Amino acid sequence: MTSALLLIVLIAAQDTSAGKQVYTKWCAGCHGDNGAGDGPGARHMIPPPRDFTGAIYQIRSTPSGQLPTDADLLRSIDEGLFGTAMPGWKSRLSDRQRRDVLAYIKTFSTFFADTTQRPQPIAFGSAPGGGGSAEALRVGRQFYDSIGCRKCHGDQGRGDGPSAPTLKDDAQHPIFAANLHENWRFNGGGTVGDIYHRLRTGLDGTPMPSFSDLIDNKFLTDEQLWRVAQYVRSLSPKETPVVRDVLHAPLAKTLPHAPDDSAWTAVDVYWFPLVGQIVHKERWFAPAVTGVWVKAVHTADSIALRVVWDDRSESPDTSWLPFVGRVFKTLESEDSTREQPASWPDEMIVQFPVSIPSGMERPYFLMGSASAPVYQWRWSSATRTAPVAGLARGIDRFDPLVVGSGPAAQAVYDHGQWRVVLTRALASTDTASQLPFRTGRAIPVAFFASDGSNGEHGSRMAISTWYFLALDEPVPAQVFISPVLAMVLTLGLGMLVVWRAQQKTSYRRQQ
Amino acid sequence: MKGRIFSVVGGMFLLTVCSKGDRGTVQAAPPAPQPAVSSDPTAGAAGGTITGKIKFTGVAPKNPAIDMSEEAACKAKYKTTPTEENVVAGPANALANVFIYVSAGVPAGQTFTAPTTPVVLDQNGCRYHPHVFGVMVGQNIEIKNSDPLLHNIKAIAKKNRPFNVSQPNAGMTKTVTFAAPEVMVNLECNVHGWMHAYVGVRPDPFYAVSGPDGSFSITGLPPGTYTIEAWHEKFGTQTATVTIAGTESKTANLTFAAH
Repeated sequence: MTSALLLIVLIAAQDTSAGKQVYTKWCAGCHGDNGAGDGPGARHMIPPPRDFTGAIYQIRSTPSGQLPTDADLLRSIDEGLFGTAMPGWKSRLSDRQRRDVLAYIKTFSTFFADTTQRPQPIAFGSAPGGGGSAEALRVGRQFYDSIGCRKCHGDQGRGDGPSAPTLKDDAQHPIFAANLHENWRFNGGGTVGDIYHRLRTGLDGTPMPSFSDLIDNKFLTDEQLWRVAQYVRSLSPKETPVVRDVLHAPLAKTLPHAPDDSAWTAVDVYWFPLVGQIVHKERWFAPAVTGVWVKAVHTADSIALRVVWDDRSESPDTSWLPFVGRVFKTLESEDSTREQPASWPDEMIVQFPVSIPSGMERPYFLMGSASAPVYQWRWSSATRTAPVAGLARGIDRFDPLVVGSGPAAQAVYDHGQWRVVLTRALASTDTASQLPFRTGRAIPVAFFASDGSNGEHGSRMAISTWYFLALDEPVPAQVFISPVLAMVLTLGLGMLVVWRAQQKTSYRRQQ
Repeated sequence: MKGRIFSVVGGMFLLTVCSKGDRGTVQAAPPAPQPAVSSDPTAGAAGGTITGKIKFTGVAPKNPAIDMSEEAACKAKYKTTPTEENVVAGPANALANVFIYVSAGVPAGQTFTAPTTPVVLDQNGCRYHPHVFGVMVGQNIEIKNSDPLLHNIKAIAKKNRPFNVSQPNAGMTKTVTFAAPEVMVNLECNVHGWMHAYVGVRPDPFYAVSGPDGSFSITGLPPGTYTIEAWHEKFGTQTATVTIAGTESKTANLTFAAH
């Protein structure tokens, strides 16, 4: 009897410590030893890690205000929260470990022990058919407007609505309204079903409310809310963009200088993701620009690059100043005295080597070095049409080239999106510092962007690695003529053979 | 032999299952305060009263003007530019919108029934009416939207479950209750960052909100010595001690310092 009791105690102790062990090893670094979301990593994150002590969870199947179910919590542990620092743990921890840590996380809040707080999942049903039809999307758009999604998410859904600069979470941290064009970054998943579930449950702890009352009060039918979800889904690409290493610039007769020139529609688009600059101080863990969409064409003598990126604000914009203040307050500064919040412009940099490398050696991707500088085009929303060309010799040293040597530029800011076209002659008069573009070569290229209204400025920016730009060579006419010629010849010879054979047959018959 | 191994393994499995249950009870929190169910005969119109005036010293900060240019329907409800209601001052430095409640002195174990009439919280002209109010645990709060546009109502609470619901249409209503005493639960609209309301949730009816002239009155107190606390959204809290004997009326004036 006593040994059985001892065994119970032992197993119970082991079981509790199992979840705690997993938590301490894998979770506490961000979520903190006591689950208050205050681990050492927390001050480098926006959004910050979950504070488990309040039992307030974004991703649930339950009405706003209710606790999540175990399945809800397990899903967030398994899949992670897309678009945040929270990774999925399904492949890293065993089923048992994930269950143990789930049980342990629940001990941080007394709400889970309160028997009156039983979560009751919503019966969601399934999406009505015809979701991709023009009529469905029209209805979805109509209710997107009428139920006020645009107030935060903006007219075109890029998270640039009039209320966007004022948004805070429960702990007064700054929070972005989701950019609805990037469904692969939606915290709770990007399918129509995921979006609908978030509309019904809201994202507790954030400004995103539940819209279930609309259905309960009969202001909206269930189908109409599904249409909103389908409309929102339609704003993102069908598939999550795939990164391709080589940006092809086809040959064109004329160079499109305007960002919205119809000639661009026929050109292939490439997605280059950007990440925070965390190599040099001051490092930046919360970049606002998630990537750039790039198209390129060239003519016999010039090149045009069209760089498009989503940015919630046309900086400098003083209405975002308090937001910058909250960003700085949330993130730990690495400088002894951080800059005061200010209205900085938006910036975008295209980077090349000074000359096309002959081997695999390339300059340092992050703005080159003193011995191996890189050639850059620096575009700013402050000047818009006058990007500066220059040589970067490391992240903190940029030497502009002579005035007027920069590329020409045209820029459009449109509902949360910058579209910038940069053009330059292929040839260069100063081949020592300005890259001459050549066809048929792999030219290293990298991109950088900063959102001034997110406090980004200087080394606080989003960066890419090196990719390649290839100016496709004009295809020689013989490439097209040779196969046709070969076909004609083969056909002719074949017919000759057949004709000769028929001649012989008819000659024999006559015999 | 095999059977024995199986029984040991099975036993351990059972023990594991049981131990999970044990752990649950071991780590259970103290039960949440129960909503009032039984009424107390001493709490009524009879009993003592505490009245007083809330004032402040110093200069009241100016309430920021609200830019309602994004919301024409709200803007049209005002003749002059509306302002926030952070500090609502009356004549002679009287202070309105102060939540005053008995924070100590009500005998433990005494329970009170929540009124059946709800408190109405109206969203009108992109502002909350009232801006500060009290409810009892379990008492209905009826939240209604009188504006033809989207408001969301987010409750930020620690002892109560928070929520965040939307009312995109005029005429929508929602009834909510709070299960635990909490001073204060913050209510806010994220669409309109200036919209804030504060609700004091109490287990007893001994609370009040100061009026435009700073006056308040708490009635029906049984004899005893009470601590009353006054809460203001910008100026913090003030306390006073009042002893009630019988059905008398006592005065407790509280003064905040503007900072």
